[in-house]
Amino acid sequence: MSAAIPLSAQLINLFASVILLLAFAMLAQRRVLPLINLFALQGLTLCLSTLVVAFTTGQAHLYGSAALTLVLKAILLPWILHRLVRKLQVKADVEGLINIPATMIAGIVLVMIAFNVALPISQLSSAISRGTLGIALASVMLAFLMMIIRTKAIPQVVGFLAMENGLFLAATSATYGMPMVVELGIALDVLVGVIILGVFFFQIRDQFDSLDIRHLEKLKER
Amino acid sequence: MSFSGLLWQLFAIVLALALAPLLTGWVNQCRAWMQNRSAPPLLQPYYMLHKLFLKDVVLAHGASHLFRFAPFVVFGCMVLACAIIPTLSTDLPLAPAADTIALVGVFGLARIFISLAAMDIGTSFGSLGGRREMLVGFLAEPALLMVIFTTAMISQSTSVATIVETLAHRDFIIYPSMAFAGIAFTFVSFAENARVPVDNPATHLELTMIHEAMILEYSGRHLALIEWAAGLKLYAYSCLGLALFFPWGIAEGDSMFGLLLAIPVLVAKLAIGGALLAGIESVNAKVRIFRAPEFLGTAFLFAVLGLLVRLLLETRV
Repeated sequence: MSAAIPLSAQLINLFASVILLLAFAMLAQRRVLPLINLFALQGLTLCLSTLVVAFTTGQAHLYGSAALTLVLKAILLPWILHRLVRKLQVKADVEGLINIPATMIAGIVLVMIAFNVALPISQLSSAISRGTLGIALASVMLAFLMMIIRTKAIPQVVGFLAMENGLFLAATSATYGMPMVVELGIALDVLVGVIILGVFFFQIRDQFDSLDIRHLEKLKER
Repeated sequence: MSFSGLLWQLFAIVLALALAPLLTGWVNQCRAWMQNRSAPPLLQPYYMLHKLFLKDVVLAHGASHLFRFAPFVVFGCMVLACAIIPTLSTDLPLAPAADTIALVGVFGLARIFISLAAMDIGTSFGSLGGRREMLVGFLAEPALLMVIFTTAMISQSTSVATIVETLAHRDFIIYPSMAFAGIAFTFVSFAENARVPVDNPATHLELTMIHEAMILEYSGRHLALIEWAAGLKLYAYSCLGLALFFPWGIAEGDSMFGLLLAIPVLVAKLAIGGALLAGIESVNAKVRIFRAPEFLGTAFLFAVLGLLVRLLLETRV
């Protein structure tokens, strides 16, 4: 059974597993800078996985997506976030609404749900990497979870970006990627989003002396 | 079961008994080198055992029979575990005696006895150590079982010998699930063998220790047996890890040549594994006892992820 899986599919599965692993590592990471590095690593793994799919299927536009992923998610966005952290002088540890082991268990439950939901869908697809659809869905949900449980602004943005990673993986695994126009649009969106959010960070900090977004829940002026 | 098979089984047990202190000594030596200390001699654990066996046993006043029997039970469990795990060959008479789940049970039995013995005297450190050991054990055991289930799903069997045979004979395939299981197994074996992120084997600070706290009251040959059993446990876990994740070189059948070849391969693998263990121990700091659940929870997470990834990615027809 497993012996029939070609090497390229094995590699894709391996990279997908690494992406899932990194999603969990990000969920468990307490500090901001390692969190950003993990995100960069996830981008790099995503790029490698896309490259393997591109090479196996001969889809030329996937090379473009891989290059875009590398430049944007593995280099540019982490660099912007690093700069932001330096300028904002974020020192404190990331704190979550629930503790890390509980988060992990919630994460496992999410992965189980994602795998079960994705199984019938991936059987419809004939793509070589269809098995990774479940992992893609799982990383989207884990990123969602991260956005929900984190209280500081920067980890929330990283969660948002990681969610985009998951979506990209889903697109690659189910249908060999989105059309180039859509991909470029999303890439630009994400980039602009991060830059705007970066400006927001400064505003939030100036207003509240903290990046804790729970302050935003108070609507009244003091 | 043939006569030569029986002889080889005996030889495997004797080899385990002889190599276990050597492995401990090797790990200690590597660790000392990596930390820029002058290393104790490689044979130091043997000298230690020799010294302890010559000394008299001093028993506390309140010691019950349990306290005296526990070292023998623990030692017996570890010898049995070393006999079941295929160290040299997958075709030894004792291999079908217990599958992997029973093997985890054998480790559990040893843990229960050593913890009970630690609580038996009634000193505060003993019961503290016993309770901590049970905490670590009850978190490590499910993770270990999950690791074993992952390998059992690949080979469709829970017998260690069958698992090893199946894994060794497959064409080389990248199993992401095995990678997850391997990481989880490493975590678990660090915790189970009282190694650095969870416990420090060289500590003399009573408040932080787990394993050492339990055996504070032991002396003489009892202590020797427990120390030897600790060495055997490390050996058993190393051999289990090597058998599950690097099964190449373990003989099948009882051909003379294969078995003779298996010995140097095993020693080489143990030497590399021991050096790696020392390396990992050197770059890590001991975590607080309250962080241990997090450490083992991560191990459990990896093991479950391995299982799930196995179900999702690798079971296509």
